[in-house]
Amino acid sequence: MKVLRDLFRDYRFAISFCVLCLLFLLAALTVVSPYDPTRWGVVPRDLKPSWEHPLGTNSKGQDVFWQGAFAIRNSLIISIIAGVVSRVIAVLVGMVAGYRGRLTDRVLMFISDSFLVIPLFLIIVMLAMLIRRLMNLVTLGLLLAVFGWAWDARLIRSQILSLREREFTQTAVLSGSGTLRLVLKEYVPFATPLVFSTLINNMSWAIGMEMTLAVLGLVDMDTPTLGTMLQWAISYQAMLLGYWWWVLTPVVLAILLFVALYWLSVSISEYLDPRTRLQRVGAQ
Amino acid sequence: MAFLRRYLIPRLIQYVLVIFFGVTAVFLVPRLAPTDPIASTIAQIRSQGSYLDPATVDQFIEDLTELYGLKGSLWEQYIALWRRLFRGDLGVSFFQFPTPVIVLIGRALPWTVGLLLTTTVLGWLIGNIVGGLAGYFSRQKWSRALDVVAMVIRPLPYYIFALALLLLLGYLVRWFPIAGGASIGMRPSWTWTYVRDVLRHSFLPALSLVILGGTLWFQTMKLVVQNVNAENFVQYAKLGGVKEGKIVFRYVIRNALLPQITGLGLALGQIFSGALITEIVFSYPGLGMLLYNAVITGDYNLIMGITLLSIVAITTAILIIDLLYPLFDPRVRYR
Repeated sequence: MKVLRDLFRDYRFAISFCVLCLLFLLAALTVVSPYDPTRWGVVPRDLKPSWEHPLGTNSKGQDVFWQGAFAIRNSLIISIIAGVVSRVIAVLVGMVAGYRGRLTDRVLMFISDSFLVIPLFLIIVMLAMLIRRLMNLVTLGLLLAVFGWAWDARLIRSQILSLREREFTQTAVLSGSGTLRLVLKEYVPFATPLVFSTLINNMSWAIGMEMTLAVLGLVDMDTPTLGTMLQWAISYQAMLLGYWWWVLTPVVLAILLFVALYWLSVSISEYLDPRTRLQRVGAQ
Repeated sequence: MAFLRRYLIPRLIQYVLVIFFGVTAVFLVPRLAPTDPIASTIAQIRSQGSYLDPATVDQFIEDLTELYGLKGSLWEQYIALWRRLFRGDLGVSFFQFPTPVIVLIGRALPWTVGLLLTTTVLGWLIGNIVGGLAGYFSRQKWSRALDVVAMVIRPLPYYIFALALLLLLGYLVRWFPIAGGASIGMRPSWTWTYVRDVLRHSFLPALSLVILGGTLWFQTMKLVVQNVNAENFVQYAKLGGVKEGKIVFRYVIRNALLPQITGLGLALGQIFSGALITEIVFSYPGLGMLLYNAVITGDYNLIMGITLLSIVAITTAILIIDLLYPLFDPRVRYR
């Protein structure tokens, strides 16, 4: 509880936490949605916002409010799959490289360096093109996960490197605990905060990536996500025709989501850094 | 000689290895994917409504196999790819047959490089100078205000930011043209009217890139400068009565600039692939637009050509920066 109270002293944490709660609530609302998000022509087209349709309707005959709710839900699903799976890869690679050292370390770090240098975006585009027919929320999440771990594996490795030199490692090894047990029991607690803050950054990378792939038409265009929703609005010339509610809904939702995720991660990592935490919380 | 052996040679070996693995990845990835590019190309042509009789299809499959470099065993294909690369032959574009990919890229390259080189360097300069000053005077009000602005702009994906800018300055107040690299019907020449036209068209994309890029540099620079500022030698210079301007530019910013130079190298390398969304949003006729059309039409050779070019460009940019590094940092030079 004390941790939460300290965190809430930062206005950025308070704001972003509330915004994210609202967005998650919106995503949860889709359970009671009156419309099927993939069907066209369920409501009259191009209506302005009214009591019946709080954010109006679009040229495909869909309710913009519910489209937005589904878009947030699906974008979050993609980003959580991508974030969690790539975290698992990053933790495994980082820990093995950091703990085993020597040749294993060299090989693993060379792979992750290559991932950082190669224009991943183009390779993702190439792959997405090839598996276009199989594209859904899960495969897209997995595709992004495969490419999103390199930098974070490096961060985790450097932390493990420093942990390995500390005395408690010697104590644990001398008292006969195995490698796996040592890593799980002693190192994971140290690495958890780092994993969590990289998770948030990785999630917003995945959401942005999804939007980019949607511009290229490489995702399943019938599933509403922030990217596809915006792409439909643009391809129907909603800007020129003045259907501002259709364009602005995904844009505003995206801005809220990105700023909230970023502020949350900055605030948490500042809190985790003992130097900045003292400034904020004050010596107690 | 010690410098050569300990710094230069390992660096060059790494450079060659990364390019080697990058090209291998570009070669393997599509071949490991569960779909067949030839089948999907034929399916695409069929779905566009044209009828193909079996004999034509057979001929077609053979041509495509040749065109995509899929002839022979995996090993033979791989060797053939390298052989073509050394000749500078990236194959023929499929949907603008028979223009070679290299010609298409050459046509689009000046637009992209012109726009991105300028904006990357400009954003870097502005971001670093403002960030350096804001870091040095971090207790001032304007510095904190800039911080909040950066906190809002920074996380926005480029796409959203560019759209907002386009809506505001292109549609709403109509100050700038909303699409294209130059007015339709203008012929490229070195006259003032043409140059002015190009500049006017590239203003919005440039503005969006400079602001977003600059914000990134601003934030890191500010952080680094704040750290350098806390070091002893700065305190000493202050106590010794060295002029403030001299401390900021000669001592603090110069020290903080080193990691930023590495960053600039990476950013310059990204030019070849980073412009995709810019060019789509502003309909700018560069490499990004070329890639976009290649993806839409499934022009596989063209995509592969652009990817290969980017790999070489990025690794080369990083290599050059690494080799220039000793010029900026005496500590690396003397090690």
